[in-house]
Amino acid sequence: MTTPAEAPSEAPEAPYVDPQRRSRLRARGRRDTLVASLSTVVVFAILVLLVTSSPGWPKVQETFFNWDAAVAAWPELISAFLLNIQIFLVAEVLILVLALLVALGRGLTAPVFLPVRILATVYVDFFRGVPTILVILLLGFGVPALQLSGVTNSPVVWGTVALVLSYTAYVAEVYRAGIVSIHPSQRAAARSLGLSSIQATRYVVLPQAVRRVMPPLLNDFIALQKETALVSLLGPVEVLRAAQIDAASTFNYTPYVVAACLFVAITLPLTRLTDWLQRRDQRRRMSAGSS
Amino acid sequence: MALLRIEGAHKGFDGNVVLRDLSLTVGLHDVVALIGASGSGKSTLLRCIDGLVPVDAGDIWIGEGDDRLEVTAADADLDAIRRRVGIVFQQYNLFPHMSVLANITLAPRKVLKHSAKDADAQARELLTRFGLAEKADDYPDRLSGGQQQRVAIVRALAMQPQLMLFDEVTSALDPQLVGEVLDVIRELKETGMTIVMATHEMGFAREVADRVAFLHAGGVLEEAPPQRLFGSPRHQQTREFLLRVHAPGVGG
Repeated sequence: MTTPAEAPSEAPEAPYVDPQRRSRLRARGRRDTLVASLSTVVVFAILVLLVTSSPGWPKVQETFFNWDAAVAAWPELISAFLLNIQIFLVAEVLILVLALLVALGRGLTAPVFLPVRILATVYVDFFRGVPTILVILLLGFGVPALQLSGVTNSPVVWGTVALVLSYTAYVAEVYRAGIVSIHPSQRAAARSLGLSSIQATRYVVLPQAVRRVMPPLLNDFIALQKETALVSLLGPVEVLRAAQIDAASTFNYTPYVVAACLFVAITLPLTRLTDWLQRRDQRRRMSAGSS
Repeated sequence: MALLRIEGAHKGFDGNVVLRDLSLTVGLHDVVALIGASGSGKSTLLRCIDGLVPVDAGDIWIGEGDDRLEVTAADADLDAIRRRVGIVFQQYNLFPHMSVLANITLAPRKVLKHSAKDADAQARELLTRFGLAEKADDYPDRLSGGQQQRVAIVRALAMQPQLMLFDEVTSALDPQLVGEVLDVIRELKETGMTIVMATHEMGFAREVADRVAFLHAGGVLEEAPPQRLFGSPRHQQTREFLLRVHAPGVGG
């Protein structure tokens, strides 16, 4: 027999846990933490040992993990990386807007909009099928070759346009998946209240759809941040190009590793942001009656 | 005075006839219960009245005289019709990403262009009237089924409809939650609201309905005041249906 929980009927009641069971749970928790830390330390120690004890390690350390080379390359790399940041900041905003329009265009069912639907579908089919690197090469070298007056030949601009074209197709599909995942009864409920089709989409369907696809959406943006390096193919000195130049003159590959760290550093916040957004959303929906 | 008139409505889905030459007239302040087996067309009929589902043939009017709107007209302004008609579904269909208050004020603000302040005040007044005042800022997933369904009713009422349609609004509820929703409908009847409700609650239909229509094979087979329809049904099919739903031990 356990002693009954003393719960004053007024105050919010704390869940009653048998003291014996509670201490058993705590003990198990401590043991789990210990096992987790121990296994992590052991695995990583073995990995480090394996790598550093390999015959070629001193050479690799010298060429890839050279502190002096990293310090020397840093100023150029970081200023070149600003170009990557500019490219994806501009591209992300454009993609967010354009992809939504394409997704909505594909969802138009009225007969008048058939051309819009066909265009949007062909666009998505095409750009999802063509490798991004090809789009970049075709636009970056093809458009300037046309020698159109009044049209920029800037490789950065055309590289960004190529990224936007390519990623808009992916992101449009992400949006669309979210839109079709919202049950038709939600739209019916909105329409039955007198909301127009556009209002039902704007206030009822889209907010739920976007929330639902936030993780894959941010996932695509993380991929985009990395792919800004592809613009280097057209010549502009972004971070990969800068690392290449530096490596070619010093015969040291450390700049590549530094560039890699820069990409990781910039994508990590976005990954964490995704987690945080989801947690916040969940919390907001779980906590209620706060007013 | 007829608020709702349906004449010769036909509706089929993929070759299945759901409504066949159905006619029904509902007067102002009338409460009409639609009863009938599952698949007899009750839900479809309600959706046709609200223009959510177009009929294949026949006419539906809402209102009287100059004020009359034809749901089935080729150029019908369905948004205008839906402002006039409130519908509540079996599955509540609240918007899960909005608080109770936002659910209720969305249409008044965006459709009727009421200010946020006016819409909020009206919504809180309605919530208080139906015992939901303290739920205003909760999200739907924090509410019981009965509370969600009452919010759905309040949401429809906030548009100040002339006609309320209830589509088996208690069918998805646990038995102990049915009463609170039926209470709301009872109160609406007291205020003179015109109501058409599809229901399986025969006891409730008998209690609040002015008239009961038995749907069979896509049409209204028999329509009468509840005492008459439940007491002495004229058609063999009506009698069989009532016998089936009035299983031994269930009063009605």
